[in-house]
Amino acid sequence: METLSYRHATARRASGTKNIALVGVVASCNLEVLVERVLPDTECEVAISTAAEGFGKVWEAVVADFVERRSPGGLRLSINDGGARPDTVSLRLAQAVRTIEEDAS
Amino acid sequence: MTLDNILASLFPNGHAIEKNGSLLIGSATLADGTAVEVIGAADHAPLGIDEAIRLSRRVLEIAARGDRMPILVLLDSDSQRMSKRDELLGLNEFLAHLAKALIFADTRGHRTIGLLYGHTAAGAFIATALSTRALVTLPGAEPAVMDLPSMSKVTKLQIEVLEEKAKSTPVFAPGVANVERVGAIAATWDDNVSLGAQLQALLATAEETADTRDRLGKERNGRPKAADVASRVYALALGRS
Amino acid sequence: MSAAPAIIARDARSWYEASARQRIDALLDASTFVEFIGPEQRETSPHLALFDLPEQFDDGMVVGHGTLDGNPVFVAAQEGRFMGGAFGEVHGAKLTGLLRAARDTKSIPVLILFDTGGVRLQEANAGELAIAEIMRAVLEARTAGTPVVGLIGGRAGCYGGGALVAGCCSALAISEQGRLAVSGPEVIETNRGVEEFDSKDRALVWRTMGGKHRRLIGAVERFVDDTVADFRAAAVELIATAPAFGADVLAAEQARLEQRIAQFGTCIDAVDVWKAEGVPDPEAIPAMPAQPFIALADTIRRTRHDAR
Repeated sequence: METLSYRHATARRASGTKNIALVGVVASCNLEVLVERVLPDTECEVAISTAAEGFGKVWEAVVADFVERRSPGGLRLSINDGGARPDTVSLRLAQAVRTIEEDAS
Repeated sequence: MTLDNILASLFPNGHAIEKNGSLLIGSATLADGTAVEVIGAADHAPLGIDEAIRLSRRVLEIAARGDRMPILVLLDSDSQRMSKRDELLGLNEFLAHLAKALIFADTRGHRTIGLLYGHTAAGAFIATALSTRALVTLPGAEPAVMDLPSMSKVTKLQIEVLEEKAKSTPVFAPGVANVERVGAIAATWDDNVSLGAQLQALLATAEETADTRDRLGKERNGRPKAADVASRVYALALGRS
Repeated sequence: MSAAPAIIARDARSWYEASARQRIDALLDASTFVEFIGPEQRETSPHLALFDLPEQFDDGMVVGHGTLDGNPVFVAAQEGRFMGGAFGEVHGAKLTGLLRAARDTKSIPVLILFDTGGVRLQEANAGELAIAEIMRAVLEARTAGTPVVGLIGGRAGCYGGGALVAGCCSALAISEQGRLAVSGPEVIETNRGVEEFDSKDRALVWRTMGGKHRRLIGAVERFVDDTVADFRAAAVELIATAPAFGADVLAAEQARLEQRIAQFGTCIDAVDVWKAEGVPDPEAIPAMPAQPFIALADTIRRTRHDAR
């Protein structure tokens, strides 16, 4: 198993008032993303646990791209990866931010 | 120990236990005069619908009497019978029903004691041994959830790899030591000493009314988390209600 | 006004396609679910790392409290896509704790949303014990007067130890996609040969273990369509009509299981069972849509036998 962690500064805080969200399932070619609003507004962190070792550069690029697009300020996103492809990872990260930015129902 | 030796050691004054196919049904008296009901699955035979229904019938007959006679469950079985017919006819209900009968009888004052002297596995293990209030074993007991060759096939890991991993944890591989550590076994009996005396000693102790196996599993370092997780959920759920 | 289409959409969604969390969210009254030991607690399996397997924050079991048509319920849902929904140490312990609470609360029923291949092999001994503890806890809860109702309709089915837990429930509802059995198709084939059971013959698997057969043989109380609305309606009804657990129920179950062997013990295939039960056109059962099948099943077999 490999654990990776990336911290970024962000332009803005992720909107909304929800403090926690979860998307995805840990299964083959899938992943779960737990989002917690626990960081200062202009910081974010993506922490990854994966059985597929040696893909650090790919994760780094996917995360950097995600942070650039979504500006997930204030969020820690924790990933349990079941062997997802980069595009699935990007999708889940985007879903995760969308979900925590939803209005509380 | 052979089954005959076990029965002789349990009941030196003789017994009225009959063997019908692979099933044992009958009663006997311990040396101190305590009367005991006995059921069992022997001969390393699979436990299917035909076997389970006969054992459950006996247990319910005993439970209906309300005379508080303990029920000793002797075990040397295979796993559940893995056949089309058994599944077609709803094996899960038959095995669950046997478990329910044993658990019910225990709540009605018929202490249930499982004595594993041979093999058992998977669904048979759950419906018999693990549905008694106290499970004891003899040397030579071989409980399993699944044998390593089958586990190897399903997990696609070589047997040598599984054996190596089993050195560092009791949580998956077959065997009494592992099953004891996760909390399933109340006592390991000595086959050089009268089994009847050991059963009398067990019956003389107060019966547990709560299921303490998860706590035992924690104490024995076999299941480090189960007891605490169950307790925490319990407390949260009561707080919510 | 804008809530109505969302609720309709929610009710019509496929139970089979939904995740455990989506099932809970759609089943219970909106925004009433409170989770116990949620994913942010990170209470994961201590055993998967040894096998280089990824963990899931909730270990594939979601438990908590909510309301169902306004009435309090405890709910436990298995995620069938994580480790095949299999019972591991933490996964099982969450359900054990919930059931013990239900036993002591006495007034709040439990819904178990099964989606499991059985015991998780990497934690086999812990999983096996968990099953035994859960079965005992189900019976303690039922003895205290708490209904425990099982819903079966997910990708993993309800196999192995899960099927034994199901057999301890007050009542069960199952859909077309649901399967309920102790041994899986591949295991039967390995043990008995492909002539007896071809695990790749999907029609055979469903005839033998699938929802329709289980309804017709009386292994479950209700057959439902694969929608949240149908599962919810069944859950509400089965909670309300759950039998008390005790000597009478057990005696009645012993009788019905003995009768089942007497009636169907020589049947070779499910079609023989259905024919023996008086189903007019047994071959048509597999393709029959849900509503006509439910109507037919209700004429063939009493929908409650108070013997589980």
